[in-house]
Amino acid sequence: MSKTFTMDEREIPFVEGQTVMQAALADGVYVPHLCAHPEFKPHGSCRVCTVKVNGRHAASCTLAAREGLVVENQTAELRELRRELVQLLFVEGNHFCPSCEKSGDCKLQALGYELEVKTLHFTQLFPDRPVDASHPDLMLDFNRCILCELCVRASAEVDGRHVFALSGRGIDKHLIVNSESGRLADTSIAATDTAVSVCPVGVILKKGRGFRVPIGQRTYDAAPISAMPEGKKP
Amino acid sequence: MTSLETSQTDKPTRRISIDQVSRVEGHGKVTLLLDDEGHVHQARLHIVEFRGFERFIQGRPYWEVPVMVQRLCGICPVSHHLAASKALDVVVGATQLTPTAEKVRRLMHYGQMLQSHALHFFHLSSPDLLFGFDSEVSKRNVVGVVAAYPELATHGVLLRKFGQEVIRLTAGKRVHGTGSIPGGVNKSLTRAERDELLAALPDVLQWAREGVDLVKALHQKNTALYESFGLFRSSLLSLVGPGGRLEFYDGVIRARDADGQVMVDGIEPKNYRQHIEEEVKSWSYMKFPYLTALGPERGWYKVGPLARVQNCDFIHTPLAEAERQAFREAHGGQMVHAPLAYHWTRLIELLHAAEVIGELLRDDDLMGDALVVSGERVGEGVGIIEAPRGTLIHHYKVDSQDLVTMCNLIVSTTHNNQAMNEAIRSVAREYLDGHEPTEGLMNHLEVAIRAFDPCLSCATHAMGRMPLYVEVRDASGAVVGSATKSSR
Repeated sequence: MSKTFTMDEREIPFVEGQTVMQAALADGVYVPHLCAHPEFKPHGSCRVCTVKVNGRHAASCTLAAREGLVVENQTAELRELRRELVQLLFVEGNHFCPSCEKSGDCKLQALGYELEVKTLHFTQLFPDRPVDASHPDLMLDFNRCILCELCVRASAEVDGRHVFALSGRGIDKHLIVNSESGRLADTSIAATDTAVSVCPVGVILKKGRGFRVPIGQRTYDAAPISAMPEGKKP
Repeated sequence: MTSLETSQTDKPTRRISIDQVSRVEGHGKVTLLLDDEGHVHQARLHIVEFRGFERFIQGRPYWEVPVMVQRLCGICPVSHHLAASKALDVVVGATQLTPTAEKVRRLMHYGQMLQSHALHFFHLSSPDLLFGFDSEVSKRNVVGVVAAYPELATHGVLLRKFGQEVIRLTAGKRVHGTGSIPGGVNKSLTRAERDELLAALPDVLQWAREGVDLVKALHQKNTALYESFGLFRSSLLSLVGPGGRLEFYDGVIRARDADGQVMVDGIEPKNYRQHIEEEVKSWSYMKFPYLTALGPERGWYKVGPLARVQNCDFIHTPLAEAERQAFREAHGGQMVHAPLAYHWTRLIELLHAAEVIGELLRDDDLMGDALVVSGERVGEGVGIIEAPRGTLIHHYKVDSQDLVTMCNLIVSTTHNNQAMNEAIRSVAREYLDGHEPTEGLMNHLEVAIRAFDPCLSCATHAMGRMPLYVEVRDASGAVVGSATKSSR
């Protein structure tokens, strides 16, 4: 008999070592998330996966599954909370979906649709973030960074290059690259690195790709993010 | 009477305005200065919105440009999408697109031309033409047309819908798609998509022919009005295709003088700057282009359907060519400058677009899979296209890191800036001078502007040091001081 916890009145089976989110996703229950990725250790930074457990908020990507937990996931309160978190991510950067080549493949945009973000609600900060196009094959558009650190983790743990890091604190926190010049061209990154393909938004871009994938064939054209198997998500 | 651009009188004047002009794309206003006797001393079409695309595209990667700049407009985004793509074809070294890419783009563009012309004539202008310029204002709109002429209105809506479907199937969306990319396209048509459009084509051609018949009948019913309203003479400019044929997607620049004599011809798009300059005036965000050789005073011209249909030597599709001949014969072979003749030529172009769409849909290249080519990268590209409202120029410089460093857009409506101002001055002299301005009379000014089908949101790109002229008048209207700041 497997162990279970309860999520929105549904019994979710789990094995020791799984987080609440991992167990829920494995059982076909969607929990919105941005910084979590099945190939990387839980991070717990974006908080979009926040659930309510025994009356308290917790990040489901870092919360170990335990028998007897009573978890709230798809409630009006949590949807509102998650929506506000996504709205804050939108206003902190410069996210212009209409001209972004990641549109249709972007997890932040997909979550915006999922959580019914109809306005930005908060005042946009419009930060000044020049792009880094110094690399011949890649471009960094910092305007869209949500500080998920997936590229940081992928470059360190999978690619073994340590190209990316976050610098600064609070509202000044930002993505940097590991070179004396601060330019991507002077790092050891390669276009085939996992750090490049793991970016959930439109920061790390392969040059020249642009809009080669037509509307209708992009990741989230077929179904909303909540209806897609985790393995197919970018 | 003066040119009416700037009041020359010391008499007290009162200012009345149409703010904003209705049934056009974008925001603009008309101002008149009238003296106590109601004489018009100044008439201006002002463009009051500001966009700034030329500036904020700088620093962005070039492949983003065709998708970003089309947001200039919600009516003719395909024109910007394709003009930018054509400029960036040059940048990526795509000197010859694949037949599939070329034809998919053409199909997209002619679909755009058809839907935009249908929108303008049936939705925006037909209320004036069918009911009268000073008819009951509550009925002078598309809802009134639906009530009084339901079949005509339905055909207008369905014509536009067909054009929008062509765009959806080639660009991915009806508005602001992504189909055209530097070097080609990102999709071709499936057989099912092609057949879907072909099935609708016979009706579309029939409705297009009925549209031409209607506008012809309107002209014939009131020839004097249609040939004199808002009249002014000017040069005209457009692209022409091989052999001087009517061409919307690609070609060389030709300009004729007011009598129809060719002044310049065969200008390659890349050389446009040697022949066209822009003047900035203090009272509008829209620039005033002119032919360099003639200067700003005499070098302005008009663009759009009336220019194109008279600038070309022939139309290669039979139905539209017959209508072009009929248009010429109706005017004794003379050049036509009457703004209301824009409508007639616009409907001839709509018919031509439907015929070309039919040609393209019967070409199996539309369903090919060779979509993109590239070649030697260069740092600069110019793309010129005939948008529904006229000649559209996109010019970009791209640095070695693939980022845009310069963008110059000369948009169709911008070319017509002086022409529209001349038209409202002509109407002001004829209809408003010495009269108490009623709503119906003021609508005459709007009718003249609408004839050009302006897209004011597309056309406002003045940036940097705007010129400024400030005049201080006392209570009697006498000028007591002035100051000027140049744009240069």
